[in-house]
Amino acid sequence: MKKIATGNKAVAEAVKQAVPTVVAAYPITPQTEIVEQIAEFVTSGQMSARYIAVESEHSAMAACIGASITGVRTFTATSSHGLLYMHEMTNWAAGARLPIVMANVNRSLGPGWNIWAEHTDALQERDTGWLQVYVSTVQEAYDATLMAFRIAEHNDVLLPVMVNLDGFLLSHIMQPVDTVELGDFIPAIHLPYAIDPKHPAGYGTLTGPDQQFKFRWDIERSMRDSVKVIEETEKDFAKRFGRKYDFTEDYRCEDADVIIIALGTLGKEAEVAVDLLRNEGIKAGSMRIRWLRPFPKLNLKGKEVVVIDRDYSFGFGGIVANEIKAKTGIRLYSVIAGIGGQEVTYDDIAGFVRTRRMGEEFWFGVNAHV
Amino acid sequence: MFEVRIHSRGGQGGVTAARLLAMATLHDGKYATACPFYSAERRGEPIVSFVRIDDTPIKVYSQIRQPDMVVVLDTSVMDVVDVLHGLKKGGRIFINSAGKREFAGFECRNVDLTGIALREKLVVSGSPILNTAVLGALAKMGIVTADSAKKAIREMFSDERNVNAADAAYKEMSV
Amino acid sequence: MLKCTSACAGCSDSLALRYVLKAAGPDTVMVVPACCTSVIQGIYPNTAFNVPVYNIAFGAAASCASGMSNAFRAAGKKTNVIVYAGDGGTLDIGIQAMSGAFERGTDFLYICYDNEAYGNTGMQRSGGTPMGARTTTTPTGKTDAKKDIDMIIAAHDPPYMATACAAYPQDIFRKVQKALTFRGPTFLHILAPCPPGWRYPTEKSVEMGKLAVKTGMWVLYEREYGKVTIGPQSKAAMKNLLPLEEYLSPQGRFKGIDTKVVEILKQQIAKNFQRLAAEEEAGA
Repeated sequence: MKKIATGNKAVAEAVKQAVPTVVAAYPITPQTEIVEQIAEFVTSGQMSARYIAVESEHSAMAACIGASITGVRTFTATSSHGLLYMHEMTNWAAGARLPIVMANVNRSLGPGWNIWAEHTDALQERDTGWLQVYVSTVQEAYDATLMAFRIAEHNDVLLPVMVNLDGFLLSHIMQPVDTVELGDFIPAIHLPYAIDPKHPAGYGTLTGPDQQFKFRWDIERSMRDSVKVIEETEKDFAKRFGRKYDFTEDYRCEDADVIIIALGTLGKEAEVAVDLLRNEGIKAGSMRIRWLRPFPKLNLKGKEVVVIDRDYSFGFGGIVANEIKAKTGIRLYSVIAGIGGQEVTYDDIAGFVRTRRMGEEFWFGVNAHV
Repeated sequence: MFEVRIHSRGGQGGVTAARLLAMATLHDGKYATACPFYSAERRGEPIVSFVRIDDTPIKVYSQIRQPDMVVVLDTSVMDVVDVLHGLKKGGRIFINSAGKREFAGFECRNVDLTGIALREKLVVSGSPILNTAVLGALAKMGIVTADSAKKAIREMFSDERNVNAADAAYKEMSV
Repeated sequence: MLKCTSACAGCSDSLALRYVLKAAGPDTVMVVPACCTSVIQGIYPNTAFNVPVYNIAFGAAASCASGMSNAFRAAGKKTNVIVYAGDGGTLDIGIQAMSGAFERGTDFLYICYDNEAYGNTGMQRSGGTPMGARTTTTPTGKTDAKKDIDMIIAAHDPPYMATACAAYPQDIFRKVQKALTFRGPTFLHILAPCPPGWRYPTEKSVEMGKLAVKTGMWVLYEREYGKVTIGPQSKAAMKNLLPLEEYLSPQGRFKGIDTKVVEILKQQIAKNFQRLAAEEEAGA
């Protein structure tokens, strides 16, 4: 059914259809509409979930962990400082092998207090063992949330999944969204090690140096196995509902000389820049990375690559640019733009391509090649 | 692509107006994105919402710099905000006002939405609701069809007075 | 506090704050976690405050103040360290830090201005939301009771704590001045009626505050070294209690409240008065 919804409302709608048993969440701008909508679904009887209005984000994830280990479907949402406050527990959730799904509305980090879009919050979670996908339209936010539950709960994965959407730029924008009749797309959850007093076990007990590394390897193995699960899930989604997704969204890349890579809405607006550049005779293409964890195989051979990072790792460089460099060995042009919701238009993106200097870093607004 | 910027104050329904416009556009078979731009939640603060309308999916997320049309729901914001900023040459303006206004170089239309809202007793927490009435005005100006406007209003509001207000706005505007 | 804050029309937090700052004087630092007051300061590069304001993360105000106070005192400075936090940052996410700071005897004043919801983020429920109140996350009315943070603080045995209300600004002024004469942790809990959150016309904030006291929903009292003194406005209320309905009906957040819940609220009011009166009697 086609309707108009904000990114936040679309996520909430998908959560409703996924039928979680427990939702534990704490409000933070710009995520609030997700939890408010879910609270409204619960009180109006449209959702049978228990909504726990916890007293902090650390508690939100801890509550999800407690619920999830009993073998039920759980969900939470947060943003920025909420995600940071959760960090101890996001590590715990992945280590505990719990298929929790979380929507993170990407927002910058203070001080100063800035509530607008930036990816540093989620990128700081990239080492935790969470799968991460970044969406760029309201439709994709809805679709990705549905798929997240199936992927997380798959027996070959059993890791938590984070769905990222840009603060305000996507969370609050209204676009058309086509909702689906789910059917049996998301199978019933089955956690093999769910708590059962009939089969008592110690969970996360004291573990020595001769054992711990095995558990950590186990997470990595599942992370690698998740690649096939993601592919298969997205294929099935396309078959049932007609919309195709992949690890990256490639636009006019086949014959491109220069490729723009960005996450989230910037990655979508880059397509407009591509059309602009093509009209000028520059063979540009856009490759929007969707899945950051597991990190995808990128086909960049022979291309000049311009990466736009809406984030930074101080003393090092743009996080996405460096991940791409590390995995592909490619020499690229690293642009730092969009920090704290800094406005970046398709004109600006086209400008980055026109004035690119391979091997260098450019801070938009600071206007210096570093 | 047709870009509309809506000026109002917090609590007046400017954000909902953008949403209704997007919904109506959807019924017209087009694509629309709508978004508010605000900082913290504060009643009475000047608010801007944006609506983009096109025949194909819209990939632009950056702010509208040169709108094709400006809608002013609360003329008091004009004391603090340059509502015409960036309006394209020959662009269109709609103002919620009883008296006619003129702006050189732009086509300006007005309807007393506040008066209509008060007559229809569409008032919440002391503020007249303008976001449904304005759809009627926008329909008269050809931004959406009247049928789609009413469809959108009925999807969102069960109170038929909202449709009446839109109807009244449609009738009261001279084109 | 300077003119032109970014507060909502009818904001009683900014009203209370003006008197807090008047009472505290210039040798004062405010520690402000994420809350409405974060917004009221205005946007960089301007600030509406004429004292240093340290903004800090939501749950960290009291621990930040603890560090700051210790540093000032170590340097021989008498600067007032005042935490100015909302109910969310005090009763919920900030409670751990506050409890720790009080337990360690930190020399600071902790002021909680209570608008009974998460105002900054759009009126979601907090531990301070009263039973029966509608918020965006309790759309049919909160089913849990308001957390009694005053009892929790009292259990930490601070030298001085008090309740206040934005509708009685001179009372706030007096209590802040008094609190700052004590060494050690002091606590002031100010009821701050909120037009967008409680859903009443913006010019009625003072009236709402007074009704809260006159119906007993809010009790004005002080606790000095454990000894309770009930304020004259509440003493008057105890003798001649206004029906609770007079407080509930003008507020949209209580629209449609269940009569059973109203009964529970009334019982709680009676219980509170009983307890405080007994404590006052015992300490006399």
